[in-house]
Amino acid sequence: MSTLADVQALSYIRAVNLALEHALATDPSVIVLGEDVALPNGPFGATKGLHAAFGDRVIDTPISESAMVGTALGAAMGGLRPVLEVIYADFLLVAMDQIVNQVANARYVSRSALTAPLVIRTQQGHTPGACAQHSQSLEALFAHVPGLRVGVPSTPRDAYSMLRLAIESEDPVMIFESRRLYPTKGDVAPGEADAGLGVSETVRRGSELTVVTWGTGRALVEESLADAAAPSVDLIDLRWLSPWDSGAVIESVGRTGRLLVVHEANETGGFGAEVVSTVSSALGSGLRASGRVGLRGTPVPAAPPLAQAVLPTVSRVSEAMSALMEV
Amino acid sequence: MQALTQGLVSGSTHLCIGQEAVPVGACEALRDDDPLITTYRGHGWLLARGVDPVDFFAEILGRDSALNGGRAGSAYMSAAEHHVYGENSIVGAGVPIAVGLGLACRRAGDGRIPVVSIGDGAMNQGNVHESLNMASVLRIPMIVVVENNGYAEMTPSAMLTAVPAAQRAAAYAMVGLEVDGNDPQAVRDVVAGARSTSLESGRPVLVEAHTHRLGGHYSGDAQAYRPAGELEKHRQSDPLVQGRKLLSEEQAGRVEADVAMLVEDAFERAVAIAAPKAEEAGTHVYAR
Ligand SMILES: Cc1ncc(C[n+]2csc(CCOP(=O)(O)OP(=O)(O)O)c2C)c(N)n1
Repeated sequence: MSTLADVQALSYIRAVNLALEHALATDPSVIVLGEDVALPNGPFGATKGLHAAFGDRVIDTPISESAMVGTALGAAMGGLRPVLEVIYADFLLVAMDQIVNQVANARYVSRSALTAPLVIRTQQGHTPGACAQHSQSLEALFAHVPGLRVGVPSTPRDAYSMLRLAIESEDPVMIFESRRLYPTKGDVAPGEADAGLGVSETVRRGSELTVVTWGTGRALVEESLADAAAPSVDLIDLRWLSPWDSGAVIESVGRTGRLLVVHEANETGGFGAEVVSTVSSALGSGLRASGRVGLRGTPVPAAPPLAQAVLPTVSRVSEAMSALMEV
Repeated sequence: MQALTQGLVSGSTHLCIGQEAVPVGACEALRDDDPLITTYRGHGWLLARGVDPVDFFAEILGRDSALNGGRAGSAYMSAAEHHVYGENSIVGAGVPIAVGLGLACRRAGDGRIPVVSIGDGAMNQGNVHESLNMASVLRIPMIVVVENNGYAEMTPSAMLTAVPAAQRAAAYAMVGLEVDGNDPQAVRDVVAGARSTSLESGRPVLVEAHTHRLGGHYSGDAQAYRPAGELEKHRQSDPLVQGRKLLSEEQAGRVEADVAMLVEDAFERAVAIAAPKAEEAGTHVYAR
């Protein structure tokens, strides 16, 4: 355990930077690659100072997402631990073959004779004014694929420790950060990776309703709970979607009987449905009521009033909570 | 072939009949620990690399093979012990992976260099373009062997490719070489040269090997698209026919008998291997 003196308030993006620095400093097989990550210090500053400190272990690549993922895969199979930055999650779609057909299969098809311990870091979600090709939340797409691990950190502490865990993992891991959260500050204990892979955090305890969330959903739910009329909520930040902490959620809903899932990604075919279905199978009529709040089945529009109309908001979360309390 | 006609293989296979001289010649020029990536038509490469024919047949037959336990089948086989990082069923997808293996080899500094084989049709995949550029700017030694068998699936390559593979290399500031892919000795020499050029220059090298596919694209391909007489013409330049000429009648007879016995024996032993256990299907998805 770290001492209190080690704990510092850091921004989310600085926490990412620190985790990368730690990995490069402690494991000579770690390399960092991506567009603008070396000499320009990272498009969002996640790799600031790393090229200066670690030289050619931090590599600027051409704008070739598919080749970038494939290169990370080959390097991982060849014994390195690559951490690849993809600037926007939307660009992962350009590299789907390499992620889904190649990376995710390496271990399975070879019965672990070949492995792909690589990390793909990216950021996703709506930032005001960004268009539909720079605003998506794609975690469910990748959590759907066997062989991949998926994490969505919502605090600086988790941005740090989840990335550390990802780099140490023997499996390929995708970490979806949030640009909107990059400036937010919080306590981070450098040198330590606290929560295990797949472990959720119970943010607060309550008795009437379980709210499950991850990524940008967490702040939204916390804001909704500031309302005096809010029910007594067990708030679980899932942190990981693959593997996901179904045990903690089932235990919680077993007590509260009600479940709400809040995420920024599209509701249709989303991971919220996976959570509700799993809990429902486990608890049967022990689940009295459930609901989801997410993006309302549209691409994300650029203009803030339009985005407000379709993205999850504090008022939509509050309404969903009251509706569930009436059941 | 026999296994196919007997209905012992589920699904299709992509045989490299007629193209054998490319893997045989290339593997002669490579170190045994040079990482290798091939396409779904990679059977020849695995055998040339020294994979046990019993394991090889067992994998194609869907048995509990020592290679991939029936998970890979004909088109996605790998042999980690032999530094074969896999066939690939996605056209062109092996090239970026080879770039990463090249990065790892360069960092290890042990003189190894990855080799990736693709078809000429794969030259039109975006992935391949991205990877050649990337390997060149990042100064990564690797060899890309393009096996030009005249067809991309069922369409003549010439109809699909504006600029032939070897010529495209220049666009990536890499050396592009051509070789008679039906002559194993020529392939060996050109690949050996490519290997040292790539290691010395720190850039990828492309070798376009001209050869012929003496079968269909896949096992069920009726080849109605073949012009009359084409196969007969290509059979003249079959590397096995050519190779036979280098031997006396007696030597050739002996080699053929030995090979026939080896293949038959390996096949029989492979057929005798049990099917994989159903409970194995859910394992090795994750590390733990
Ligand atoms: C990305 C992708 N597109 C299409 C296919 C279907 N396909 C399989 S083999 C093939 C032809 C490839 O031709 P070439 O690269 O010349 O290799 P060859 O089969 O001649 O060895 C095609 C189109 C595929 N497997 N992957």
